[in-house]
Amino acid sequence: MTTPQLFFAYFAVAMTVLSLLVVTRRSPVHSIMWMLVLFIHIAALYLFLNAEFLAAIQIIVYAGAILVLFLFVIMMLNLKKEETAKKYQAQWPVSAGIAIILAAFLVLILGKIVVLPSLGEYSIEAVKTEGIMMTTGKVLYTEFLLPFEIASIVLLVAIIGAVVLAKKRIE
Amino acid sequence: MEMEATISLLDMRLLVPELTLICVGLILMLLDLVVRKKELIAAVGIAGTLVAMYGTYKLYGFYNPQAAFAGMFVVDGYSNFFKLIFYLNIILTICISLKYMAIEKASFGEYYALLMFSSTGMMIMASAADLIILYLGLELMALSTYILAGFMRNQPRSNEAALKYFFLGAFSSAFLLYGISLTYGLTGTTNLKGIAEALSTLSIMDNPITYLGLIFIIVAFGFKIALVPFHMWAPDVYEGSPTSITAFMSVGPKAAGFAVLGRVLFDAFAGMQVQWAAILVPIAVLTMATGSIIALAQTNIKRMLAYSSIAHAGYMLLGIIAGTHDGLTSTVNYLMIYLFMNIGAFAIVIMLRREGVQGENLDDYMGLSKSHPLASALMLIFMFSLAGIPPTAGFVGKFYVFMEAINAGYVYMALIAVVFSAISAFFYLRVVMYMYMKDPVKEVELTTSPSMSIALAVTAMMVLIFGIFPSILLNLVRLSILG
Repeated sequence: MTTPQLFFAYFAVAMTVLSLLVVTRRSPVHSIMWMLVLFIHIAALYLFLNAEFLAAIQIIVYAGAILVLFLFVIMMLNLKKEETAKKYQAQWPVSAGIAIILAAFLVLILGKIVVLPSLGEYSIEAVKTEGIMMTTGKVLYTEFLLPFEIASIVLLVAIIGAVVLAKKRIE
Repeated sequence: MEMEATISLLDMRLLVPELTLICVGLILMLLDLVVRKKELIAAVGIAGTLVAMYGTYKLYGFYNPQAAFAGMFVVDGYSNFFKLIFYLNIILTICISLKYMAIEKASFGEYYALLMFSSTGMMIMASAADLIILYLGLELMALSTYILAGFMRNQPRSNEAALKYFFLGAFSSAFLLYGISLTYGLTGTTNLKGIAEALSTLSIMDNPITYLGLIFIIVAFGFKIALVPFHMWAPDVYEGSPTSITAFMSVGPKAAGFAVLGRVLFDAFAGMQVQWAAILVPIAVLTMATGSIIALAQTNIKRMLAYSSIAHAGYMLLGIIAGTHDGLTSTVNYLMIYLFMNIGAFAIVIMLRREGVQGENLDDYMGLSKSHPLASALMLIFMFSLAGIPPTAGFVGKFYVFMEAINAGYVYMALIAVVFSAISAFFYLRVVMYMYMKDPVKEVELTTSPSMSIALAVTAMMVLIFGIFPSILLNLVRLSILG
């Protein structure tokens, strides 16, 4: 095994274990903390793929913003009740079965992945020479200007939605 | 797949209808601060929609399909016809919600603004020639609709509807993104035409990963269209949402889902028609069966119409399965007809709602013809049309879809569809039977308003006109899709 393979193997195994820890912990706060570790692992994996911009975004948005949001929600819950309540519904074996079948299917076809030489305009080499920040910035404000602007309207709707659903009743 | 990387200001021209609707949405929210009368806000909303409609009409005048933003956004007959469906959907929804939302004590300006934003998302979906634009359009539509579903904040079942819709919608988005990333990984592009090109030049059509990407994308659209087995959210969400929003989302997101399904399958995966037809055939059979059979057991009319809308999605799917442009034409034709008959039926359901009375149970329709003959006659037209009985438009819609399925060699599918269509007639006609053959048990008062009358008149007229002169609509659809 080469060093990159070892590195990837560690992250693949660690992320699977961490995900399991997130969904199986009894205390929601523990789950969140494991999730934080998971997010940092994902960021490290991005770094490993030469995507330093995504790594930074992963830390700022997920570990920074989304995790804090989770913690806020947990603060509003009654933790004592949550910890004694039944964690899984009766149908969890069925869900687990379906998940395992899907996972097995994915593993089976993994071998069929074809790595085609220099696909598309933004091949790994092309990104490497310019750096990912430069490429992302360039693409985002030229070719992908329209998606970028549509995303801003999606955010606007999210703000309106928050106000509509949370504001005090008028009558 | 050489793409022009430059974007000129002229590209904005094709965006005029979408930009108009967004501006109208923003204006409506500002108006809400200064204007107390919701009628004025609604009128401005309708006027703005008409302006956007005029913009689409002007762009349609150019006839030949045009692409903008490096080939990501196209305006062609196909997208323009869908946009017409979305405009009519907004206008009719505004007409039927004015009085209703006041009764529900949830009449805020944001309601009308969100209708605009949601429809903008649908329009972007219809025009999307790139998977990223398609996804963002879908999120814009979905996010606005989640909020609208939970608009009656003081009612637990509305909250439940919004939450359920949100969770399953987010779940389906994950499927879509997974499918998109697999497809992008294989082909190196998110452009629909580029995907088709890459699939054939790289000869990766029979790669299992391509299948998996295709399946994930179909699953995601299946959630939006409420195809079985991705329909679990539909009955609860349709029952819990404000009835006007149920009408809105049983037409709009469904039509948008079909728009992108047709576009992606016919443009990007055109070479894999055998494969996607094989995926869609069992889904269509299940959808028709589940929708028609479970609807028999419903006593709440909103739930019944939810299952009915699932069954109709199954019939519409036949045109896509046919895989021909004539098949696609019949599906789009069906969608336009469905718009009128479904919103008409929901309009009657809304009329039975008044202060302190839900009016959603079948029992509420007992002997309605004695006290309200006109409303009963209209409901009779809509129910006949939904059941597909001539001379209503519903018959025409089903007829063309079944015919195209037979033309494409799916005779057994058409047979199955006819059988389930016959089964579904039972629960539509039961409403008619309750209205005309039972004695009234209680006094029923209807909530009427001028805008509601206009909406009912338009929908009923269209159902009859398209039923008696089917070629008017069909020629328009043909002209749009086949050019």
